Amino acid sequence: MPALPLDDAGPYVAAAYLVFLALILIYVAIMAAKLVRIARDLDEVADLVERREARAEEQETVAR
Amino acid sequence: MFARGLKSLSIASVVLIVGAFALVFFYAPNDADQGFVQKIFYLHVPLSIVTLCGFVAGGIFGIRYLMTGDRAHDLRSYVAIHISLILAVGALITGSIWAKASWGHWWVWDEPTLVSFLIVFLLYACYQPLRFAIEDPGRQARTAAVFSIVAGAFVPVNFMAVRLASTFVHPRVLGTTGGSMPGEMRLTFLAALAGMAVMFVTLWKYELTSKQASMRLRALRRRLAEDEDRWVPDRRSAAPQQL
Repeated sequence: MPALPLDDAGPYVAAAYLVFLALILIYVAIMAAKLVRIARDLDEVADLVERREARAEEQETVAR
Repeated sequence: MFARGLKSLSIASVVLIVGAFALVFFYAPNDADQGFVQKIFYLHVPLSIVTLCGFVAGGIFGIRYLMTGDRAHDLRSYVAIHISLILAVGALITGSIWAKASWGHWWVWDEPTLVSFLIVFLLYACYQPLRFAIEDPGRQARTAAVFSIVAGAFVPVNFMAVRLASTFVHPRVLGTTGGSMPGEMRLTFLAALAGMAVMFVTLWKYELTSKQASMRLRALRRRLAEDEDRWVPDRRSAAPQQL
């Protein structure tokens, strides 16, 4: 096939590079969602630790 | 363990990718035969090469896992294949766009390079369901390692088989005669390849770090929750669940 003129080739080239960009952006969005889940888990762990410390303090007070 | 050098890698991959794309559009000349549409080559070919190398790397980590029993290698293998699968989708779509622009068809079934890449992609598409189907973590890791080694060995064999095929419709980039790219095109191609390779390593380390953080958090939560008698078992997953 003869080479496409610039006007016709442009959209194909743009589409290919946009596909790459979209793929990377989707990946980053998925990673962001995972990060949110990690942050939520971290909050839960921090909550558990706080509760445990409060209970230990309470037991110490009762023992005194 | 996995986060070391992630910041500098991220910066390097952005600089290299942006630099390579700048070279593509402002430095590399238009191809005499294909014209402007050949610019897809600097995206599609490095993407395909890095994808195939990622699959082979998955196999190498599979070997290391079977030799040492270290779960970190299983995780490395899993993530390498995972990222390669994502990039393979990109390679297939950009290749299809290039095919439409140059050959007038989105897909050509009698072209060995295209079909062999699709076969490799479909083969690796079975990797995640295979892992998900096995509940026992040890067995899951061992089976996945064997799969990654066999499939990883298939990649270069497949590559050589395509090279030996008689039809040469698909353009050869790394030709046996030293290639026929002019200097500017070669430099741009190598810059794009380097950018894509560094980006792969960055995403790989990024995913490994994220998975390791989740695993550690889960283990910590389990330890804390066990004391409070409200332990929740892990949900089934294709990804390795512990190191």
